Amino acid sequence: MTPAGSGAKDQVARLLTLVPYLHSRGSVRLAEAAEALGVTPEVLLRDLKVLFMCGLPGGYPDELIDVDLDALVDERGRAQGDAVVSVSNADYLARPLRLDAVEASAMIVALRALRAGAAPETAEIVDRVLAKLERAAAAGPTGAPGLAPGLVDATPEPTPASTRALERRLAEACRRGVQVEMDYYVPARDEVSHRTVDPRGMVHRDGHTYLDAWCHSAEAPRLFRLDRIASATVLDTPVTSEPAAPRDLADGIFARADDVTRVTLRLAPAARWVTEYYPVEDVRPVDDPAEPGSVDVDLLVADRRWLTKLLLRLAPHAAVVHPVAWGADLTAAAQETLGLYFGVGGVDSGRPIPTT
Amino acid sequence: MTAAKSERLLNLLIMLLVSTRLVPKSRIREILYADASDEAFEKMFDRDKEELRSLGVPVEVGQIDAYFDDEPGYRVKPDEFALPEVDLTADEAAVVGLATRVWDHQRMARATTEAVRKLTAAGADIDLGALDIAQPRLPADEPAFDVFFEAILERSAVEFDYRRSGSDSTTRRRLQPWGVTRYSGRWYVVGHDLDRDAERVFRLSRVQGEAVKVGPPGAYAIPEGTDVSAVTRRLAPALSTEPVVLLVRTGAALPLRRAADRTEPGVPGPDGTEGWDRLTLLRASVGIADEVLGLSGAVVVESPERLRDEVVGRLRGVLAGEGPVGDR
Repeated sequence: MTPAGSGAKDQVARLLTLVPYLHSRGSVRLAEAAEALGVTPEVLLRDLKVLFMCGLPGGYPDELIDVDLDALVDERGRAQGDAVVSVSNADYLARPLRLDAVEASAMIVALRALRAGAAPETAEIVDRVLAKLERAAAAGPTGAPGLAPGLVDATPEPTPASTRALERRLAEACRRGVQVEMDYYVPARDEVSHRTVDPRGMVHRDGHTYLDAWCHSAEAPRLFRLDRIASATVLDTPVTSEPAAPRDLADGIFARADDVTRVTLRLAPAARWVTEYYPVEDVRPVDDPAEPGSVDVDLLVADRRWLTKLLLRLAPHAAVVHPVAWGADLTAAAQETLGLYFGVGGVDSGRPIPTT
Repeated sequence: MTAAKSERLLNLLIMLLVSTRLVPKSRIREILYADASDEAFEKMFDRDKEELRSLGVPVEVGQIDAYFDDEPGYRVKPDEFALPEVDLTADEAAVVGLATRVWDHQRMARATTEAVRKLTAAGADIDLGALDIAQPRLPADEPAFDVFFEAILERSAVEFDYRRSGSDSTTRRRLQPWGVTRYSGRWYVVGHDLDRDAERVFRLSRVQGEAVKVGPPGAYAIPEGTDVSAVTRRLAPALSTEPVVLLVRTGAALPLRRAADRTEPGVPGPDGTEGWDRLTLLRASVGIADEVLGLSGAVVVESPERLRDEVVGRLRGVLAGEGPVGDR
């Protein structure tokens, strides 16, 4: 919702939408008009009062905009949502202001993103809307260069049809308030776990879709990323946990768990991307000419196994500085894996050992 | 106070909008600023004009008389001011409603909401509560996104500090941005680098501090036919052309299983047991070595040799202390 700015500029912007809105609809309930314009009835009433003194230059009463306001306040001056409002004598403001460059482009980019994931029949509708909006934006005053079609590419990575079907089934389970049984892949442990959950809703963040649910195995609310659900069955049993709205992920999905360890990692330049992908607490350059470009990074880690997997992924460009004991996990895992390639003791089973 | 100023702004707009010719500045003063001193009038009128322009009102200025250029005049052409007719059918209006929920970014989401209000004011009935399941979301968490997006629309150059991947220091860059593209969850800006005098791509998350627009709008033209999706394709890591064959412990490594083209279950593994499956990926991404290493203990590379050598070499690097000193 647009903040109902109190400045004159914001008020004029609202009026330039309000007048054509009322003009095109005749009479509208105050509450309905307020909702359509994203303001409270009180703000709308205050805006309408400005119109009393506006009109054609000259200042004759019959040249002013006519606002039918009579029944809009009760005897104590409060806005009456059910009262009906209309505006006349304002034909020159019958059309809203054209879309500005940001509004038009934000719409066009959003529509193109919708189109990318849409079924063919929806894509055809999106194309019609795009054509109409692009025409409306292009007819603008010269000098506004705007947004040519090739300048923004925000095509979301395609969602596999199987994930979309899963999302539909899970959304239906949320709506019906029934439990879901699923096999869920946990990357930190690299294993599939079986669990029953009470779904609460679907949430989106950073290009991923999650099911927010109460997990009966964990006895806590959990987020399940859809592409990690190996299989799911919607049950007929109603949910048993206290119903709750799906959480707001505006602050990120990394809710701070209570049981975390502050870990310091040393990252060589090749591993520095970590600081851009995970919420890090602190980054400090390493003051050692032997390690140019390395940084020390503090990270809050809830699962020690997750950290080892991350370090293996980065091998050999990352190491644990603190706590020292955690560093041993990495070397143990590296040794164990090399054992799978060459047998215990690192003796090759006939393959040449690559020199390092 | 606000109401009085709103009235003045709106009356000024109406006056300029209904006039078929330029309205002389003296007449504007007489009607709307009668009580103001000369100096106060100049200041107020300048500010009022700019506020209208910042709302998107095209205030035109010209000379009333071509021979005596002593008095400027102003007007707003109705067809430049008003939203052209956009007739939406019911299904088109529903799609417009969905579009308001795509941006996961405050500024852009607000712009779509504002656009929909204008379309509603023009008579469209847009249902914002329409249910759709497969709704794409477009986040833009990079703080520099707004500046670059506006700069592209205005054709303004942008100056910013940039830190290259793996580098410790930042360098000051000057760019005429052409377009933005999203790849693998990150936004990139493409444009003409003024110091390198060449096309360059920058990742917005590596822009440090505040990016600022410099110089006037309309400072350059974007080359005809610029298509940033070509850049997006360049950013995509190449896929290996040789098939990758992996041994994977039964039940483990779901992401690799999803990507596999062939699965041969229950084959003998490197530990001598039969609790392994053989996966074949016909085209693996170049990041496959990272992925295999992250699943160490559950995955062993059979071929190609090059991938096997890389994985083994990097594991040995850990034991040999080739990386950062850290705990050693």
